[in-house]
This record gives sequence, structure tokens and C-alpha cells, in this order.
Amino acid sequence: MRGGFYAAVAVRGFRRYATYRTATLAGVFTNTVFGFIIAYSYEALWGQRPHLGGYTEAQALTYVWIGQALLQTMALMAGGFEEELAERIRSGDIAVDLYRPADLQGWWLSADLGRACFHLLGRGVAPMVCGALVFELALPTNPVTWLLFLVSVTLGVVVSFAIRFLVALSSFWLLDGAGVSQVVFLAGLFFSGMLLPLTVFPGWLGVLARALPWSAMLQVPADVLLGRHEGTGALLALAFQAGWAAALLLTGRALQAVAARRVVVQGG
Amino acid sequence: MRSGAYESVRTYRLIVGMWVRSTMAYRTSFVLTALGNLAATGLDFVTILLMFSHITVLGGFTLAQVAFLYGTTSTSFGIADLLLGSMDRLGRRIRDGTLDTLLLRPAPVLAQVAADRFALRRLGRITQGLAVLGWALAHAGIDWTPVRVLLVPLTVLCGAAIFCAVFVAGGAFQFWAGDASEVQNSVTYGGNTMLQYPPAIFARELVRGVTFVVPLAFVNWLPALRVLGEPDPLGLPGWVDFASPAVAALCCALAGLAWRAGLRSYRSTGS
Repeated sequence: MRGGFYAAVAVRGFRRYATYRTATLAGVFTNTVFGFIIAYSYEALWGQRPHLGGYTEAQALTYVWIGQALLQTMALMAGGFEEELAERIRSGDIAVDLYRPADLQGWWLSADLGRACFHLLGRGVAPMVCGALVFELALPTNPVTWLLFLVSVTLGVVVSFAIRFLVALSSFWLLDGAGVSQVVFLAGLFFSGMLLPLTVFPGWLGVLARALPWSAMLQVPADVLLGRHEGTGALLALAFQAGWAAALLLTGRALQAVAARRVVVQGG
Repeated sequence: MRSGAYESVRTYRLIVGMWVRSTMAYRTSFVLTALGNLAATGLDFVTILLMFSHITVLGGFTLAQVAFLYGTTSTSFGIADLLLGSMDRLGRRIRDGTLDTLLLRPAPVLAQVAADRFALRRLGRITQGLAVLGWALAHAGIDWTPVRVLLVPLTVLCGAAIFCAVFVAGGAFQFWAGDASEVQNSVTYGGNTMLQYPPAIFARELVRGVTFVVPLAFVNWLPALRVLGEPDPLGLPGWVDFASPAVAALCCALAGLAWRAGLRSYRSTGS
């Protein structure tokens, strides 16, 4: 019963973004153009340093297109639910949401999973196909690897959601949440591995980047698809993501409980 | 015609002045968002630095030479983004019908749209671009001649004009595109990213495309090859390195025509 309700919310989340077909096509085009630009710079880099960061050139190029596929899926450039929720907190509409017989975090998580599913299919697949037509990619043939990748992407979306939920909740305390969301957005872009694979980051910076939750959004799913985690290694990678997802979701719950006690709705 | 241009500049200046005063009402917020803008745009350069922690030469260019490309395109793009970056919002105005309000006012529409929500924080990108450019000029080992000295500021200004033309053409495109407004990001932001890297790393057809179709190569690639004394991967004649002003003027003229055509075809939202 409850599961069915949240599934329905997720389906609506999917449909909401699926409505704008022209916008999706435009997004695919832009992702493809960026994919080409980054792919050429990686080709030059790996051409000089084969096996940099443990990747072959084909693997590095595949990484580029995985990045373009997951950029929107993980809402790395913003554009998810967080602005809407923050606006509801600021306007006071959140009071209505808290009355509803649905869990606030569960509601938005379901909607965001629906959105992510659409973005993976609608904006992820086509650029990847374009990339595969021009460059030699190292995509796996084993269906188990693809399955693990999908699990990893799902966990990555949950981590991404949990972080953005915290950002949105900060609006309970801050009048203007633009600063917080900007800092988190920058950290996400840098530490997810969107700019360069985290395995290429030097020394302690690489160690730190790989331990932070943002690596669960791109670096870990990409490594799973590229077959760098196998057997128990793959399970450990998924456990790393699940651990961050659980910790961040619980923090979100705790913060929501504190915030809900603070809410003073405008009278009238 | 002359009074039209004067009127546009005056309108633009008045609206920009209003937004600047409004921004300055919250000084701390302005400083923080400008710093945020600086950090955000600086991430691209951090990527280049991380790349150069593993290599010494990329596409035949040293780090300082790549920094020269980065500094010129970032500064040019930053100027265009500051002056006309709000053109992005045109799509929204067309969708919700608020463009009608601008059409009713006795002032040039382009100036109104361009100055709409003028964001002074975009100085962050220019500052960061200029800082990298300054560092590059000191370290790129340029063999200075009077021509090269003149070519650097000229490159930045012409590059800014070309990006401005792209923004205006992108705005005109939104009259027809509707939801497809994101496509223009691939030329503006995508072009800016591409020009940060040496032309030699890209496929020939792509370099030809940004030379002859969307002439972004004139923003910095061609003049930079002259300043840095590097060979041209397309082997074009030497005079094209100095063609940027003419190309910029042509782009602006074409963008102006596209804008007029777009505005004429505007039909307000239905219902």
C-alpha cells in the first residue's frame, strides 16, 4: 500500500520531466558537444600518459561519456527538486507538506528517483551512443556488470538526493540559501570526478576525494561499469555508496525533526 | 540610426545602473557571490593544472601557453557574459509572456533584454581570467614585438565582441526554439571550454567547423598562435591571425540581423 503510493510519486516524477521533449533533445545535443570537447582533451592526455590513473585510453574515453550520462542523472549542475523544496520552506508552504499523510523525505526521494530514471534514459543513452560511434569505448559485455552499474547508479542518486535534501533544509535557518547551494554544487562538480577522474588526482587530494560522498555519484559507478571493481571489490564499492546514502539520509531525518519543531507559520 | 544606437546605450546604462544599485544594497552578499563566481569559473583551470601535474606539454603547448589560451577566452567570455549574459532569460520571458511588457516601453528591446537582471557578480569570471592571463604573459616566454603587444588586448576585445554576437544570436534563436534554449549553451559555454585547449588536440573537422562555420577560432586560437609563435594546424595564411576585428564586426552585424528577424517573428503567448 505505502510502497505503491511512493511508486506512484516516482512515476509522476519521471513523467514530469519526460513531458519536455524538445528540451530533452536540446540537452542531449549539449551533453554530446561537451562530451566531444572533453573526450579530445582526454585523448591528448592519455595519448601521452597511457594507463594514467589505471585507465587505458579507451577506458578514459568511456569515463567521459559515463560522466555526460550521469551529469543530469545525479543533478550535478543543479536542476533537481532542491530549489522547489527550498522555495516551499521560504514561503511557508512547507507547513502544508508537513500536514500531509506522506513522509516529507520519502516523497521527495521518490520524485527524485523518477526524475533520475528519466534523465538516465532520456539524456544519458543518446550521448553515449554518439560517443561510441566516434571513439573506441571500453563498454562491458557481461550483463552482470551492467546490472551492478544500475545498482551503483541508483545508490549514487540516493546519495545525491540526500545531500541536496540537506541543502534545501538549510533554508529553515538561512534567508538566502544561494551561498550554501553554490558551495555544495562546486564541491559536487570537483569531488564527484566530473572534471577529471579522481584516480588522477595527486596524493592526499586523491585519497580525500575518493573517501567523500560525492565520489559515489560518478567515480564509483564509472569504475563499476569499467570493471575495475570485481567480485567482492564490487560489493565493497556498493557498500561504500550505501553507507554514505544511509548516513546522509539519517542526518536529513534528524535535521528535519529539528527544523519541524522550529517552524513558525505566518499567521493570518 | 545614430540616435537609435545612442538610445540603446542610454537605456542599457540606466537599467544596469538600477541593478547595480540594487546589488550594492547587500554588499556582503555581492562579495560572496562574486567570489563564488570566481571559484566556480576557476574549476576549469584547476582541471588544467591537474592535467599538467602528469604532463609537461599538451597538444604542443606548455602550461603557460595553455594558460594564455585560457586567460584570453575566459576574459573575453567573461566580458560578454557580464554585458549580455542575461539574454538566457529571454526564453522564459517569451514563454510566460512578460516580453510584451518590454515591447510596450518606449526603449530598444535588445537593450532592455540585455540589461535585465544585470549580474555584477560576473566580474568574478573576468577577474579570474585576467589573473590567469597575467600569469601566462609573464611565464609563456613570449618573444615580444610591438605587433604582439598590441595583439593581446585586441584579441581579448574582439573575442568579447564575437561572444557578444553569439549571445545575441542565441537570444534571437530563442524566438523560434522554445524549449530548446539549452542548445545555445553548447556554443557559449562549450565554445569557451574548447578554446581553453590547444587546437591541435581536436579533430581537423571540428577545428574547421569553429573556424569557418561558427568562427570561434578567431576569439583566441588564431591570434594566440601568432603571439605564441606556434604553427597553425590548419595551415591557414598568416593574415588570418589579424582577421579577428573584421570577423567580430561581421558576426555582430549578422547577429543584429538575426535579432531583428527574431523579434519580427515574435507572436505573444496564446490563450
